[in-house]
Amino acid sequence: MMKVEHLKFTYAKKTVDECRVLNDISFSVQEGEFIGLIGSSGSGKTTLIKHLNGLLKADSGTVYFQGQNIYDKKYILSKLRKEVGLVFQYPEQQLFGKTVLADVCFGPLNLGMTKEEAEKSAKECLELVGIGEAYYYTSPFDLSGGQKRCVAIAGILAMQPKILVMDEPAAGLDPETKYMVFELVEKIRKTRNIAIVLVSHHMEDVARYANKVLVLHKGELVLSGTTEEVFTKTDFLRQIGMDVPQITSVTEKLIQAGVPMTAPATSVKEAEDMIMKVLRERGGMK
Amino acid sequence: MINIKNLVHRYTIWESDTKKSKKTVLDDVTLDISPGQMVAVLGPNGSGKSTLAKHLNVLLLPDEGTVWIDGKDTKDVSALWNIRSNVGMVFQNPDNQIVGTSVEEDVAFGPENKNLPSEVIQERVADSLRAVGLLHKRKSSPFRLSGGQKQRVAIAGALAGAPKCIVLDEPTAMLDPAARKEVINVINRLNKEAGITIILITHHTDEVVGADKIILMNQGHIIREGTPEELFDDISILKAVKMDVPQVTELAWRLKSRGVPIRTPVLTEDQFAAEMMRIYNGDTIREDC
Repeated sequence: MMKVEHLKFTYAKKTVDECRVLNDISFSVQEGEFIGLIGSSGSGKTTLIKHLNGLLKADSGTVYFQGQNIYDKKYILSKLRKEVGLVFQYPEQQLFGKTVLADVCFGPLNLGMTKEEAEKSAKECLELVGIGEAYYYTSPFDLSGGQKRCVAIAGILAMQPKILVMDEPAAGLDPETKYMVFELVEKIRKTRNIAIVLVSHHMEDVARYANKVLVLHKGELVLSGTTEEVFTKTDFLRQIGMDVPQITSVTEKLIQAGVPMTAPATSVKEAEDMIMKVLRERGGMK
Repeated sequence: MINIKNLVHRYTIWESDTKKSKKTVLDDVTLDISPGQMVAVLGPNGSGKSTLAKHLNVLLLPDEGTVWIDGKDTKDVSALWNIRSNVGMVFQNPDNQIVGTSVEEDVAFGPENKNLPSEVIQERVADSLRAVGLLHKRKSSPFRLSGGQKQRVAIAGALAGAPKCIVLDEPTAMLDPAARKEVINVINRLNKEAGITIILITHHTDEVVGADKIILMNQGHIIREGTPEELFDDISILKAVKMDVPQVTELAWRLKSRGVPIRTPVLTEDQFAAEMMRIYNGDTIREDC
């Protein structure tokens, strides 16, 4: 669906502050994929996602969306911005509408939908994020933190994107609200078959939801693959200042101590099954 | 150091321009924290954690009950500045709490406001920056630092006021894993080496396993108080208020429920690995044969 090829980007070109942020980045996004994008602060994650809907233009390299080069002179960028929804950090800070419904309608209206179409889309999306009719005409500022974030996400979803890019959607949320947001994103991915790109510092969350992981380090894509492939490269990840899920780290320790498991686990369930199997084979457990 | 008795706090909610109602956020909270303790406060959003924190340096006053900091009642206006200089605060977003154009200027803001002699200020700034490992960045612009470094500057700023106690409200929520470790290490060191009382509000259960005491809050009440071992001994309470537990703690519980003779609670990776190796190599298994 989307293909990024040899992307390069430098901030503050030809000044003393010149800073190469992205260097030769290539990857693709397929329908229905859940991609985790990880990397330490300053590795270029946010800069990269700003290229996905044309907020920034690369110095060289190309972004293809549905086969079309988005840097083509004839390409209509506003169309791309409808298809690729970007949810920034703390999206609730961008709420401004007088009512919840008006706020969610803002995006679709700007994209040229009629009032009826926009409201229909907004209501669908609000239902999807669990905000009922009772809230349509309340001020978004009277909602709880978790609800605000859901409304903000609905505002992006109402534009009916094919790719939903989220930058730390769970920052500052308690575990319950965090899981609510992630389960919601999963539900949307499945019902609408859209692709998700999740930027996060929380390896446990990435391991739990993503099926593909991209690792950025100093502006380069240093590792990519399935979640298992990436997180089992524990030494490499630590070397570049990243972490691995605790469960991966502890199963790795067991392997080093001589417990015969094939590879470190990336989820608690997987670790549980592995350990039960090992203990059974050892003959000790019934 | 901190004594709280039957604290009640109610926020006013304006339903319209004239109509208002009260919402109780802290309901009959009683708590004692001794000097030098490291106390972690856990609980879902809206459970009253941050409101509690704001009572500790008199950003809020009790509607009912009393808060004493170092023996002084927070309602006593004459003790206000004394209390505030004894309790430093660090918040979630480092960008929102930086005021200076250089790191040392930012850290000096607190002591400057107290009208201290210039030499004392310089000394305190240097000491504070040394304590968080950022003395070499003293001349840098705080906006050019990484998130973890900015948060350490904020901690240094609190330290420069020479407090007996520092309250940190989700200081690592916006940081990457390496930066989280940096900040948690600094907090632990201040507690262990400088003996500063720490109150750490967080959602990350892996950050609380080293605390002396954990307070679990829900809907304005302290529903559980105890050592990490006591609290994680029964994860059903944590699960009931939808809090996470560290993955190794959860794994140990799951294995135990499937008949593995693992001793719970398990709080750290090393503990889990040791326990697993004991079972893998040990006698307990043979009993089952």
